[in-house]
Amino acid sequence: MGFFRGMLNLDRRIIFILIAGAVVVPLFIPFHLKMHPTPASQGLYNAVEKLPEGSTVIISGEYDPGTAPEIQPMMIGALKHCFRKGIKVILMGLWPQGPALEGQALQEVFKEKEFKEMNLQYGKDYVNLGYKAGGAVVIQSMGTSIPATFPTDMAGTPIEKLPLMKGIRNFNDITFVLDFSAGDPGTPAWVMFAHDRFHVPMAAGCTAVSAPMLYPYLQTKQLSGLLGGLKGAADYEWLTKSSGTGIRYMPSQSIAHLVIVIFIIIGNIAFFVVRKGEKR
Amino acid sequence: MADTIGIWVAALLTLFIFSFLYKDNPLYKMAEHLFIGVSAGYWVSYLYQNVFKPNLYNPLFHQGKLLLIIPLILGLMMVMRLFPKIGWISRWSIAFIVGITSGYYLITYLQTNAVDQVRASLLNFSQINNIILVVGVLSGLIYFFFSAEHRGVLGGTAKLGIWFLMVAFGASFGYTVMARISLLIGRMQFLLGDWLGLLH
Repeated sequence: MGFFRGMLNLDRRIIFILIAGAVVVPLFIPFHLKMHPTPASQGLYNAVEKLPEGSTVIISGEYDPGTAPEIQPMMIGALKHCFRKGIKVILMGLWPQGPALEGQALQEVFKEKEFKEMNLQYGKDYVNLGYKAGGAVVIQSMGTSIPATFPTDMAGTPIEKLPLMKGIRNFNDITFVLDFSAGDPGTPAWVMFAHDRFHVPMAAGCTAVSAPMLYPYLQTKQLSGLLGGLKGAADYEWLTKSSGTGIRYMPSQSIAHLVIVIFIIIGNIAFFVVRKGEKR
Repeated sequence: MADTIGIWVAALLTLFIFSFLYKDNPLYKMAEHLFIGVSAGYWVSYLYQNVFKPNLYNPLFHQGKLLLIIPLILGLMMVMRLFPKIGWISRWSIAFIVGITSGYYLITYLQTNAVDQVRASLLNFSQINNIILVVGVLSGLIYFFFSAEHRGVLGGTAKLGIWFLMVAFGASFGYTVMARISLLIGRMQFLLGDWLGLLH
């Protein structure tokens, strides 16, 4: 009884220390966990895998440094997947910091020998159109005219000077949209306008917090696939046979979850035992 | 050199914020105030450079797109909110935004988030998952039906709805835990790797 009463009054700082330990120790002693990709992650992978070489894909980044630990591994995974398949990539963002983080993701990708040797060229194989304010209105406007919505790329180069953008008028010239979003404006706006109004197939990646809100779009097939949080990122790295922070962070994530689950179970048992004792 | 200073500042501020987990203290307060101040300054300058200048100032004053006087006036009316005596003027701008947004979203939002969802929920009964989905949707909706007392069949169905809602809340909670732990891992990676160089 004393033990259970003590558990109910446990100093929260002890829990913080245990969680910190659960996160830090696997970073020092890494071990690999076998991944079992979810059908939602598999859906995104399959959708990109089916795209023919030379397709043009828009990858939009709606996240910031605060949510980058979850979203950035997805962005890096998507860039690698597209480049391996010879897909042309148009980067953009509806959040101000999105395109800058996309630039960092590109730098990460090009650090790897495989992609360095591909000799991919800015303007021909990929472009970064940068940030545009307006959220859903921007997507709607792109449905009418992409050059009118983004007259220049992120660096201020007129897009008619970029070979990749020649012949790109609106969503009719876009094969697929990948949206990586941490909130609003984000995936719901892309689904509403790019998919439902202009009929561009799409998939998304999001922070774990927003995943339950986006799952309904999977059963309606408005999204071909969905990467939810760090687990989604790890799934994607596993499926594309890439190494990255998604898989690297999974042991920390799993051990921390285990500690939380154990505390929830002990807390509940303690609650019922103490209540039963008090009734007597 | 600049990178090193940046990493040290970020690391110390991270530790100041984490110190709140022990108890509230002046270092945490300083980091909190600094964050709010820097964020406000950053966003003002960012929005000026990336929203105001390219979307309004340059087209209006350098390219002669006079139609943009209308959003300029609406924007100025919005600023009137700062002056209590004439603050009512901002309501016109707000009314304009609310009206435009409602009209813009109404049909699309309904189609995407209601009609398509209902269609996908009700049409396919070939799988057990779909049957569970339909039962969950209907019982959840009945829980929120307050025009009749929750007794008998209605009460039982509403109770079933609560169970489905609890499962949904549990899933959301689980995902929230996952998100927060991911952010903690990101910070730990920064502190132990980028700052202290202990991780490779």
